[in-house]
Amino acid sequence: MSKVNIKIEGIPFEVEAGQTILEAAKACGFEIPSLCAFNHGECSKGSCRVCLVEATGARGLVASCVYPVSEGMEITISSPKATAARRSSVELLLSNHNKNCQQCEKNGKCELLHVAKITGARDDMYQGAQTPTTLDRLTPSIVRDTSKCILCGRCVERCKNAHGLGILGFEKRGFNTIVSPAENRSFANSPCILCGQCVSVCPTGALMEVSEIEKVDAAFKAGKYVVVQTAPAVRAALGEEFDMPIGSLVTGKMVSALKRLGFKKVFDTNFAADLTIMEEATELLDRINNGGVLPMITSCSPGWVNYAEINYGELLPHLSSCKSPHEMFGAILKNYYAEKNGIKPEDMFVVSIMPCTAKKYEKDRPELSVNGLKDVDAVLTTRELGKLIKRSGINFTKLSDSEFDNDIVGEYSGAGVIFGTTGGVMEAALRTAAYTLTGKELEKVELTEVRGFEGIKEASYNLAGKEVRIAVAHGMKNAKVLLDQIKDGTSKYHFIEIMGCPGGCIAGGGQPYVKPCFLPNEGADILDTYKQKRASALYSEDESKQIRVSHKNPQIIDLYKNFLGKPNSHKAHELLHTTYVKREKFTK
Amino acid sequence: MAHLQENAVKKIVEICDRYAQERTPLMMILSDIQKEYGYIPLEVQEIVSEKTGISVAEIYGVVTFYSFFSLKPKGKYVIGCCLGTACYVKGAQQVIDKFSEIIGIKPGETSEDGLFTLDALRCIGACGIAPAVTINGKVYPKLSVDQIPKIVEEYRALEAN
Repeated sequence: MSKVNIKIEGIPFEVEAGQTILEAAKACGFEIPSLCAFNHGECSKGSCRVCLVEATGARGLVASCVYPVSEGMEITISSPKATAARRSSVELLLSNHNKNCQQCEKNGKCELLHVAKITGARDDMYQGAQTPTTLDRLTPSIVRDTSKCILCGRCVERCKNAHGLGILGFEKRGFNTIVSPAENRSFANSPCILCGQCVSVCPTGALMEVSEIEKVDAAFKAGKYVVVQTAPAVRAALGEEFDMPIGSLVTGKMVSALKRLGFKKVFDTNFAADLTIMEEATELLDRINNGGVLPMITSCSPGWVNYAEINYGELLPHLSSCKSPHEMFGAILKNYYAEKNGIKPEDMFVVSIMPCTAKKYEKDRPELSVNGLKDVDAVLTTRELGKLIKRSGINFTKLSDSEFDNDIVGEYSGAGVIFGTTGGVMEAALRTAAYTLTGKELEKVELTEVRGFEGIKEASYNLAGKEVRIAVAHGMKNAKVLLDQIKDGTSKYHFIEIMGCPGGCIAGGGQPYVKPCFLPNEGADILDTYKQKRASALYSEDESKQIRVSHKNPQIIDLYKNFLGKPNSHKAHELLHTTYVKREKFTK
Repeated sequence: MAHLQENAVKKIVEICDRYAQERTPLMMILSDIQKEYGYIPLEVQEIVSEKTGISVAEIYGVVTFYSFFSLKPKGKYVIGCCLGTACYVKGAQQVIDKFSEIIGIKPGETSEDGLFTLDALRCIGACGIAPAVTINGKVYPKLSVDQIPKIVEEYRALEAN
């Protein structure tokens, strides 16, 4: 990279040519307030005009997020002209914004409010017409409220980059512009997979998860036997809601908090991840040995399942029939645990804490119930759990550690933990498939080939003389490559893991927001490193476990012995497996 | 996509294929479809999306951005009133209001008999003959309000014969 010499606020710097003023200034230790710019230009439309600065050689003020540096350029951030212009930009955004900040769920993490504070924006400086707004609350997962939208375009770009989908786009023109699915439809009638990646990048309250905290409150009030389970990825991120460093593993504190919140039992979804592995590995070997449909594809990620049903209806027989782990756990709790403990299944209320917004949709699927009882009754995101804990006056960081309940279910292996990151399900499944095929444990359980954040990872293993070829993809853009191979008949794999969100569950749409402006103690590269940090937390928990393969989990062994029979038995199918349906892209 | 006829689908696919080598083919494809069918409904956008890999939301954004494109079928005679700056200062608002009054539709609407669509256009580049109106491509220069009833009558008479 060639270098250019510039001056910022009169101080000379040498910076990389081709950088935007915003990037160059950041590298030199300046923080220009900005809003639409995000993640190294993933979104950088220069649309919000919050990052205006003076630059020599330019006509008027320039948006620093899109204007490139050049040799000899002198940049002024703090001149009266520039500061007044940035303030006006924010005041104009606020003039067409629904300013009910106190009720807004984004309060505390709102980047618009943040730049308003920094720029000194005054209240009601501009008054006039308001753009007609849309409030979409039709899906169980995501709320879209255009009265809060500032048209930055981050969500539009994220949907395109992560999934190649582009569900959201700019619609109409000028003052009437809104960001919406085509025809300003609800997400419910569009090909949206409800993954929540758009929610995780929205700077304001325009895109939010549908809160289910009130549902949980009502269950407690009604005297239900309320139990909770937590997905693996939650423990690697919940601490961030309480300003702990990204990558803090807070398993013990999380359990303590949940117990204080009054849940009768606090279980780890990892137990069910082990159960999923038993079912899925058996299903895989059955397909390989008996000429079943191959490659088999994992089915834990409800965002991915939505994508498959909407876009690849003809490939649905490739999906494993296994329910996702938390749904399996719900079914086991209501149909096995309840009976063993003298609880009426209809009195039991199962809450899942998930890093995911699509899980909220998944739990309402009619296929995911047994005898008319839903497997899972409410799904809270990691962020919602953070709110619940704060609301209850719990000082999270001061909590001591507690253990998950594991009287007859709940014990988990290291294999269950790594479900939370891309490649984890594959690694866990292979650990057990290897044993089932060869009768021997793997010498080394860490399968590093499937770790890391490469878009598509592939490997092949020789198991008892059989070559098993596998691939791992995360984000639908990557998944599409593997799916099109299957469609064309050129896929060489036996087993494919697909996770909806790029990075897997650790970067799911329900995880704590990673917004550099609210993370002053993290490095400047936090958007590049947070996935790795969260994943490392999970791999370290895997390493710390004595049992690291699902088939050695003693409670799983007991569950089969006392209740289910064997993997893929009739009983297992009744409780732990599901079906899929092809869906239209745009429904009426 | 159910209610699109097979030959319509074929035609749209053919239009998309015309521009397969273009780097940014969307505007050309939409222009051709607009000319061929007079409108670009969602079902058609879905086909264009599949052929080009551009998302439906993005295509929909383009269709709703340019007033030249339409989501609904247009009338047999499309009256385009320029409301660009030059036409506007020369009285284009009164011109469009008069069309509106006589035909009984608002700008953007189509008359119930399917005869007329009234469109407000933003500068058609004919400022020298402001206020300008086009009807199915025929240009009416320097139009005054009292000429309008006769023009509408002529098209109605054309239809009656």
